[in-house]
Amino acid sequence: MSAVGHEEHGHHDAHDHHDHHHKETFITKYIFSIDHKMIAKQYLITGIIMGVVGIVMSLLFRMQIAWPEESFTIFKVLLGEKFAPGGVMKNDIYLALVTIHGTIMVFFVLTAGLSGTFSNLLIPLQIGARDMASGFMNMISYWLFFLSSVIMIISLFVEAGPASAGWTIYPPLSALPQAIGGSGAGMTLWLVSMAIFIASSLMGSLNYVVTVINLRTKGMSMTRLPLTIWAFFITAVIGIVSFPVLLSAALLLIFDRSFGTSFYLSDIFISGEVLHYQGGSPVLFEHLFWFLGHPEVYIVILPAMGLVSEIMASNARKPIFGYRAMIASILAIAFLSTIVWGHHMFISGMNPFLGSVFTFTTLLIAIPSAVKAFNWITTLWRGNLQLNPAMLFSIGFVSTFITGGLTGIILGDSTLDINVHDTYFVIAHFHLVMGISALYGMFAGIYHWYPKMFGTMLNKNLGYIHFWVTAVCAYGVFFPMHFIGMAGLPRRYYTNTAFPLFDDLADVNVLITMFAIVGAAFQLVFLWNFFYSIFKGKKAPQNPWRSTTLEWTTPVEHIHGNWPGEIPEVFRWPYDYSKPGHDEDFVPQTVPMKEGEEQLHH
Amino acid sequence: MTSLLIIIVLVLLGIAIWQLTKIFHLTQVGTAGANDANSEIANDRDNNVNGYVMFAFLGFIYVFTIYSLYKWGHLVLGTPASEHGPQYDNLMAISMWLIFIVQTITQFLLHYFAFKYRGKEGKTAFYYADNDKLEFIWTIIPVIVLAGLILYGLYAWTNIMFIDEQKKDTVFVEVYAKQFSWEVRYAGEDGVLGKANVRYIEGVNTLGVDMSDPNAQDDIQSTELHLPKGKQVVFKFRSQDVLHSAYFPHFRAQMNVVPGMVTEFAFTPTITTDEMRQDPKIVNKVAHINEIRSKKSAELVAEGKTPLDPYTFDYLLLCNKICGASHYNMQMKVVVEDDADFKKWLSGKEKLSAAVKKAKEEAAAAAAAPEAEAAPAKPADSATAAKPDSTVVVAQVVKK
Repeated sequence: MSAVGHEEHGHHDAHDHHDHHHKETFITKYIFSIDHKMIAKQYLITGIIMGVVGIVMSLLFRMQIAWPEESFTIFKVLLGEKFAPGGVMKNDIYLALVTIHGTIMVFFVLTAGLSGTFSNLLIPLQIGARDMASGFMNMISYWLFFLSSVIMIISLFVEAGPASAGWTIYPPLSALPQAIGGSGAGMTLWLVSMAIFIASSLMGSLNYVVTVINLRTKGMSMTRLPLTIWAFFITAVIGIVSFPVLLSAALLLIFDRSFGTSFYLSDIFISGEVLHYQGGSPVLFEHLFWFLGHPEVYIVILPAMGLVSEIMASNARKPIFGYRAMIASILAIAFLSTIVWGHHMFISGMNPFLGSVFTFTTLLIAIPSAVKAFNWITTLWRGNLQLNPAMLFSIGFVSTFITGGLTGIILGDSTLDINVHDTYFVIAHFHLVMGISALYGMFAGIYHWYPKMFGTMLNKNLGYIHFWVTAVCAYGVFFPMHFIGMAGLPRRYYTNTAFPLFDDLADVNVLITMFAIVGAAFQLVFLWNFFYSIFKGKKAPQNPWRSTTLEWTTPVEHIHGNWPGEIPEVFRWPYDYSKPGHDEDFVPQTVPMKEGEEQLHH
Repeated sequence: MTSLLIIIVLVLLGIAIWQLTKIFHLTQVGTAGANDANSEIANDRDNNVNGYVMFAFLGFIYVFTIYSLYKWGHLVLGTPASEHGPQYDNLMAISMWLIFIVQTITQFLLHYFAFKYRGKEGKTAFYYADNDKLEFIWTIIPVIVLAGLILYGLYAWTNIMFIDEQKKDTVFVEVYAKQFSWEVRYAGEDGVLGKANVRYIEGVNTLGVDMSDPNAQDDIQSTELHLPKGKQVVFKFRSQDVLHSAYFPHFRAQMNVVPGMVTEFAFTPTITTDEMRQDPKIVNKVAHINEIRSKKSAELVAEGKTPLDPYTFDYLLLCNKICGASHYNMQMKVVVEDDADFKKWLSGKEKLSAAVKKAKEEAAAAAAAPEAEAAPAKPADSATAAKPDSTVVVAQVVKK
């Protein structure tokens, strides 16, 4: 195993020697690789493929909402005669699409695709380690993720349809095949896939935590870590704390489904018969689910925040404003994220007093979030902004994070939640604040570290087009949803035509769908750029963005072990951009402090 | 037709992309050599172009917000019809104002800075790593504002969720949910709902009321919810199968309906259905909807289909928790009327005990052959039934 991080011992020459003798076959290099950079790319490409599936699904159900029960050729092609007889989407398949869209986007794209990719790529490179603490476990983590993706995709082809109880799979709907077709084999596969996914996520997270704690290079104290690493580190910690709870929730659900236990079910009369379940409570499941489910949204957004902080500082040619406040707010958000899950359950029948407590903790999250937003804005102030595509996505991130985050003040307030709970207002809120924002963070990361991953540059003009059309369409899709939500339109309705009350919302829905289609179409620009540039992109220089962090001191060509010679030593924090007294507008972390140079930050 | 439209859209998109690339390309004529990797890094022209577009994007956000408010602002739910409603709307209004102010300012700063400080060769950024005072300010301001919001919110929450069951003249109603319809049960003269469990479901006793319970004898069952104006109504929610959520948007009320337990909510209706139909906002809304519907009807008639019924306003109870294939059509009409009308309506209803007795006699007369299991109550027969009965679709789906 050449992927070791024992650089402290200083046997670098011997190490390199070893590398040269180590013949890599196609399989060890590209498939069962234990090199964190390759694993990062595997995560990214799997995530992108899952993302395409998830987004196409959203287009299908958006078309159904805009033009209810109309026949579309594309439905015939993609859904088939069984799910869309005569090209008209069936109502339970609508719910299946909604469910799988949510599952794929939250877990497979924004958890694995985002955090998996960039934690793997950047943790060793930015802390100065030759690889993850355990390359082997890292490899297993990826392949479990791959396996769970495959199972999730297979579940789409089950006869009665895939899981269709919403991505939150509340029982009894998810437990009883009599209640909806998708709760049969489709739900079984969903649960199996998620169980494997959780195992994968845990292995990855443990690895990240251990690596950050143990394998930092000489001089890389915790307060010299780039904010990316802080974000990945804390994300991994909340993952470790909360994902096992989802596993137990899923396990108990499997027991209820398969072995007749009554953890979540009680007093049920369905299809003309009384079932034997007695004494369980669906509310218990809601508690267990959201104990993961809420930290999960921070698992999604924190890495994006870290990426954005780093990219913003680098492209503004300015230190990130309030480095310590940024770390403190990450810690505060992470801590609070584990004690706010009840705000998904204000009207679940939970004790109203608990609702008060959760309102309090939930609204507290606005404080560290506000600090972060203001710090980003201040980072831009008097900068020398290099508006690369990555920078545009970072600015876009702050914009959507603010827009989406502000409505959290309404949803987090138990009183106001009463009437907007489960309406399109919620859809607007969380898509902007964690969906679009996290995607922007991911795109920013891809544009910024693409040269590091593939050794070539992405086409910037395609990047600009990609950003601007996406930015307009993202607001075009989600901004109007606030209004139809406040008109009382519930989410997850197959069609709104059953309520004449909602007839005046139909044209808004058409507009939203139009924006969605255009926005999604322009993601093809990104896909083209991404795959074309891997092979035909211009060869990247070593440090294209003139950044200070360690990953840009490695050669463009990937080598196992990252640095050909010794591991660099770190002498300063990662944000010495435009520091007075230096010739260049950036001072890499590897440059020792000049004589008499003062540390200008604290 | 639609596929043709899609193809046209795609072609136009393609052209748009092609042209946009050209524009961006033109802005770079004369800069770094085409094969140089540096040509993929933002230069002064890129910073300029994108800086200006950033500024334009700020305009887009503002214009789109104003347009949305103007165009869709009227869609937002109007006059609340419950006692706690105005308090809810007031808190909502305060929060919304706050959001709009913060949104306007922060988006301005963000995009304006992105424009103003766009990069330029030779310019140096200002090394500004931290400032305790500033950070303190923007920590403490949210703290104060949120403290206010939290206090007001909790005050309102306690008011709404605290149910005084001893209050004089309180009406007790059980709202019962099943895939995909609602039923209600009134407590009757004694003001106490009889015990119930799904295991008692039999024939006309579709809610599983325990008929041996003395309190159950005068209970009254209905498929339409009538409420008296000005009296506190305490709802007891039960579900027989999966989670549902009883959503009364016009009353600012919602509570999940959980199988195996009884959940509660209470509100006092303050505006009768007839009064609400006179509400100027509702009048406009109904007129607008009917305009849309008549247009659609004309199209339908042209295709040889039946036209849509005109819409009259009614309060509604909707299901707002995903509950199965026909979740989208689980509704019940809610009628708020004066106390006298309400009492009259209620007294015209048959008592559950009588209905059960009658059903038993009929069954005996027909010599055994028990009635078809729990003849499902059809979805509330409101004027809203624009669609054919969706329960038919469900049956196919579920019984596969």
